[in-house]
Amino acid sequence: MNDMHLLDINGELQAEPIRKGFGRGLKKAGELDVNVVAACADLTDSTQMSLFKEAFPDRFVEIGVAEQNLVTVGSGLAAMGKIPFVSSYAAFSPGRNWEQIRTTICLNDRPVKIIGSHAGVSVGPDGATHQMLEDIAIMRVLPNMVVIAPGDSVEAEKATLAMARDRRPNYMRLAREATPVFTTPDTPFAIGQAYVYVPGTDVTICATGAMTYQAMLAVEQLYKDNIHAEVIHVPTIKPLDAETILASVRKTGCVITIEEGQAAGGLGGAIAELLGDEYPVPLHRIGMKDRFGESGEPDELLHYFGLDAKHIRLAAHHVVERKK
Amino acid sequence: MLEHAGSGHSAGPLGLADIFTALYFDVLKHDPKRPDWEDRDVLLLSNGHCVPVRYATMAEAGYFPTKELLTLRKLGSRLQGHPERTRLPGLENTSGPLGCGLSQAAGVALAMRMDNQLHRRVYVVTGDGELDEGNNWEAIMLIAKYNLNTITAIVDRNNIQIDGPTESVMPLEDLKKKWEAFGWHTIEIDGNDIEAVIDACVMAKAVTEKPVVILAYTIPGKGVDFMESDFHWHGAPPNHEQAVKALHELRTLGGKIRSEHE
Repeated sequence: MNDMHLLDINGELQAEPIRKGFGRGLKKAGELDVNVVAACADLTDSTQMSLFKEAFPDRFVEIGVAEQNLVTVGSGLAAMGKIPFVSSYAAFSPGRNWEQIRTTICLNDRPVKIIGSHAGVSVGPDGATHQMLEDIAIMRVLPNMVVIAPGDSVEAEKATLAMARDRRPNYMRLAREATPVFTTPDTPFAIGQAYVYVPGTDVTICATGAMTYQAMLAVEQLYKDNIHAEVIHVPTIKPLDAETILASVRKTGCVITIEEGQAAGGLGGAIAELLGDEYPVPLHRIGMKDRFGESGEPDELLHYFGLDAKHIRLAAHHVVERKK
Repeated sequence: MLEHAGSGHSAGPLGLADIFTALYFDVLKHDPKRPDWEDRDVLLLSNGHCVPVRYATMAEAGYFPTKELLTLRKLGSRLQGHPERTRLPGLENTSGPLGCGLSQAAGVALAMRMDNQLHRRVYVVTGDGELDEGNNWEAIMLIAKYNLNTITAIVDRNNIQIDGPTESVMPLEDLKKKWEAFGWHTIEIDGNDIEAVIDACVMAKAVTEKPVVILAYTIPGKGVDFMESDFHWHGAPPNHEQAVKALHELRTLGGKIRSEHE
């Protein structure tokens, strides 16, 4: 335990899909606010909306396999003061319905909460069609939109409750695969905040989603190499917590980003823009590099595409060397 | 307005003038002085490019001064080329990209049902060419599934779209049978007959077992002989000379009466 109230990364950790935390959070949000409603495009169990549907059947809308309709109905619900959570797989929503999100939610400024499950290559055997990698990039460029990628199921629950109170359009990406739970109910979360999970002096590692766990693992290994890495968990990619990130970078002088998606336009893109504008230093972006995923087992794919602690360790040596 | 703006759509708004007049001056429960009135009916415009007729009708109804109409499409105007809800009180949705109005209507009607506000009605005006968009048919299915019978859809069946007649660009017929096959009650009217529009909206309230669509057959460019039914006027504004001629025709009913404006 430290002041972030994290569990020991080397201890025995429970693993749970991040989307499960969303399901619990949505039911709680529904209990707290009668205006919280939900709609799904034929993936109610898979996106974990079933808890809410069972508790509040009159506040749940089954849209069918129609993602364009899903978000646009959400816009109409929000027009009447509802706080609609709309879910599907990220490949389809926001993959298929970007323009409806742009016009009827962002430009129209309605607080629709878009939940994209099954993001990243860790979707596994379903293959590239279902492994959404571009969602952060396409949502991040939309004015008014908030983009969130929680690191584990405990944080996803907090994020869901925070989204229900937020008056802006929000997008949250969730992973399918069980992810080690290393945060606790006392770990802080607020939309727009990044958190220093591990203090260090030699390199800043900015991680989002389940990749933060990989960064935590890498820190232990780097310590043995006499590199003291600072890990910043960035659950909100937009608006980006520039203050926390820049404070760290001014100290360490170099940065690694890691995400389970396209580095171009994703967290890596966002941080490259920030550093380019404010404080240019050596930057190494880990993520998918202009390519699609493929079928395989989740861990196997993360390793194959270089999205793990081992690759963070290599990148750290590389980027620290570039400071010289 | 359109001459002053130097761009915009002429034919659709003229063809919809009778429908918007009927809506704002008879059908809709609304209050121009309280655009957020919580018991108001909701009018969604799906074919956002026809918004000039909505602006003109709203101004006449008292939402804002008619002189503001000349700011259409100008920098800083509340009257954007395509409607933006956040800029002008009284607009219910932002639209332009086609095929979204019916989905928004579904969301609005679902929320009203959840809140037991069944005294409120939802009107959605769509174009006919816009029915090419698949998003519409997703919404048409959903509205029928939940029998959202507080919704009245009005299709501006003017038979033109940008590339030509609808039946050559992408045939829509048999449009009535299509809506019926999707579970809707249909009413066909002359959309340029104000009384017929009002009657159909009253009739729509009486039908509760299904949602209702009014297929309103209109003449694009209605009232201006050189614009009527010519698809080239879909997306074009008149020049000064054409605007003078068009306004003369509209104000004198084609020379049949004297106008107070001339």
